[in-house]
Amino acid sequence: MSFKPVILWTDALVYLLVAAVILFAWYVWRNEHLWAPWRRVGHSASGMAALTVLVFFVIIGLLDTVHLRPAVENDSGGETVYSVEVLSLFDVIATPLRTQVEKTYSAPFAAHLYARETIEHPGGGQTREFPRLKFGAAHLQNPEAQLATDIAWRAAAGGGLGLFFWCLIVASLTLLLAHRSGEAFLSMLSTIRRGATAIPWNAVCVTLALILVLCGAALTLCGSYHILGTDKVGQDVFYQSLKSIRTGLVIGTLTTLMMLPFALLLGITAGYFRGWVDDVIQYLYTTLSSIPGVLLIAAAVLMTQVYMETHPELFDTVASRADLRLLFLCIILGVTSWTGLCRLLRGETLKLREMEYIQAAHAFGVSHWRILSRHILPNVMHIVLITTVMDFSGLVLAEAVLSYVGVGVDPSTISFGTMINAARLEMARDPMVWWSLLAAFSFMFALVLSANLFADAVQNAFDPRVKTLSARVRALRRKRREEPEAKSSPTRTESSLPS
Amino acid sequence: MLNYIIRRVLYAIPILIGVNLITFTLFFVVNTPDDMARMQLGIKRVTPEAIAKWKQERGYDKPLMFNSGDEGFTKLTNTIFFEKSAAMFAFRFGRADDGRDIAYEIKSRMVPSLAIALPVFLLGLGVYIVFALIMVFFRATYVDFWGVVLCVALMSISSLFYIIAGQFLISKLWHLVPISGYGQELDAAKFLVLPVIIGVISGAGANTRWYRTLFLEEMGKDYVRTARAKGLPESAVLFGHVLRNAMIPILTGAVVVIPLLFLGSLIAESFFGIPGLGSYTIDAINSQDFAVVRAMVFLGSLLYIVGLILTDISYTLVDPRIRLE
Repeated sequence: MSFKPVILWTDALVYLLVAAVILFAWYVWRNEHLWAPWRRVGHSASGMAALTVLVFFVIIGLLDTVHLRPAVENDSGGETVYSVEVLSLFDVIATPLRTQVEKTYSAPFAAHLYARETIEHPGGGQTREFPRLKFGAAHLQNPEAQLATDIAWRAAAGGGLGLFFWCLIVASLTLLLAHRSGEAFLSMLSTIRRGATAIPWNAVCVTLALILVLCGAALTLCGSYHILGTDKVGQDVFYQSLKSIRTGLVIGTLTTLMMLPFALLLGITAGYFRGWVDDVIQYLYTTLSSIPGVLLIAAAVLMTQVYMETHPELFDTVASRADLRLLFLCIILGVTSWTGLCRLLRGETLKLREMEYIQAAHAFGVSHWRILSRHILPNVMHIVLITTVMDFSGLVLAEAVLSYVGVGVDPSTISFGTMINAARLEMARDPMVWWSLLAAFSFMFALVLSANLFADAVQNAFDPRVKTLSARVRALRRKRREEPEAKSSPTRTESSLPS
Repeated sequence: MLNYIIRRVLYAIPILIGVNLITFTLFFVVNTPDDMARMQLGIKRVTPEAIAKWKQERGYDKPLMFNSGDEGFTKLTNTIFFEKSAAMFAFRFGRADDGRDIAYEIKSRMVPSLAIALPVFLLGLGVYIVFALIMVFFRATYVDFWGVVLCVALMSISSLFYIIAGQFLISKLWHLVPISGYGQELDAAKFLVLPVIIGVISGAGANTRWYRTLFLEEMGKDYVRTARAKGLPESAVLFGHVLRNAMIPILTGAVVVIPLLFLGSLIAESFFGIPGLGSYTIDAINSQDFAVVRAMVFLGSLLYIVGLILTDISYTLVDPRIRLE
């Protein structure tokens, strides 16, 4: 199959972001003082488990980012014509999911449609019944009797396959670790199980097992069932949920990419130069932040909508139009949200510029630009990092709300927000169509929860304030564990403990 | 003190002008009034007369910033920017697309908005502080650990889920309260119970955790050690000393949102069909009523600035060490 690669705007930015992350990671790896806090992140069990889930989401998101236009088969020979439909690598992999479209709603694992239809029988006469699905459970002769066993068998087979891969991965991990530490294979295995390794591999392995078993079961089932049902136009909800991941990730990450230049440049210069520069920048961010966020976003999105309606010639495909709207949303979110970080950076720079080493740099005649880039910027990076990871989950949640308000992504973009929005209209239906909502909310929950846990681990490692706080609680807990009688009466021992 | 407040109020004026400039750029420079007219009247087959009429009805048939056709001072005043912005400062918001007076609508819709937002705010503050205190009292035990886990889980759930699940469980399944709507006076109470409860729950995770951090930070201070050294029981230390001192950041942090309560909440109001300012804004966004959105942006920033001034004042009230100069 021939195809033509397409790079949409957000794709290009995502590639840029990936390249930046890889470069940054390489740089951090080379410098021990930068690597040390990341090692602390690696010691947090919940953080590493969350990272495992996040990596899984990111892989799906990246697969969904590589876009292409497949060639349309034409008999006339000549030059190949490319379809106007823009597909992603993920779409190609999930072709069965994408193309097995039913007529309308069907419940998860159902063999029949959700609505009654009039069916003409070949022998004459008609009845109103639930027609069989075209693809869901189509291989079964008698779904009522066979459905449960078939599902169980397939799920077990898929889960088993997942478990098999998990065993392979764990075995190779143990081999690697055993080779490195010089321990025997089995003793290494039990070390991992006890969680005695520096990086809590046991948490990672448990999470991985969960993901792989679920994935295996889902993969074997989704070929012949709609495991999360279908939506109003008969599209598979599982496919939609997986597609939504990219939208969420793009909004969560690109927004940060958009806001960083503003926040860094303005925040640091305001704190460093002070005087009128500081006044102007302070005025700018006070003004921007005094407009309630949602309203500013709504106003800006409304205006881009008008702009896009009146300039239709700018977009050649539906996908590029939807993509541009996604990009605009990221830009708008970025422009409206840099003020918080800017304020933090200004405060930190104000503190830093009075430090001796900056004074010394001044005395040596180091230029302003060099002081800013070599001495101040590296020392505020922890704030940037913490804010970035903390904001991510909020942005994913905000997307759903904004789509509900009507100022989110393009209606043709599959996202958690559009899924919820479409499903919400069916709330009043009896019996209720619940699977779209549940699918969107649970995928969103998994993504946001893992992002939150990872953000906590990062904050614990980088933020000196939180670090001391959690160290204190940990010390208290250790002390508790050492004094078993303490558990029975926390109040009494508490008062005797120095904090 | 009075001097300081006056200065702050004066300082708010350039900020409000800035807000107006930003909204003006957004609404009139990014897209010309012609573009907006074409959008509203349908992209194709719009006659120039229809556009001119649309613009004239809304007072958009003037130059944007500078009217070179006029004489003297009116060169600046007879423009869209001046007319629309100056009117905002006098609370003359003009008319919405359906012909109703925006200022009157805002006035009458403030009460239902407050009826939800105020109970959510007060109840929430109380509930979060109590939960945070419980977690801090049992700190470094399983109560604390699972409390934090619960908070993180609650934080990770979309606010839309709370509303949809609440409506489904309580109204549709158990028929305890109506799904949506609003009534007069006491009748309104039964419509307000559910949105208030859901509002409190959806903020629980983040706020409880934040308050817990504040309390824990306070616990590490020297005066707490002194209090324990005096032999005070832990409960006296917590409620008598830590709570009172930790209330300073909590209260001053809460003051800033008080004026914004008037704006109501966008999502809850439209889900529960409450005729407040939040649902008014959403309707305006959906029907692309630019005049209403502009008015709400102005009002929102005004209230936010009021909140900031109130915060500064409240600092001096609760913390005698701070004096405003």
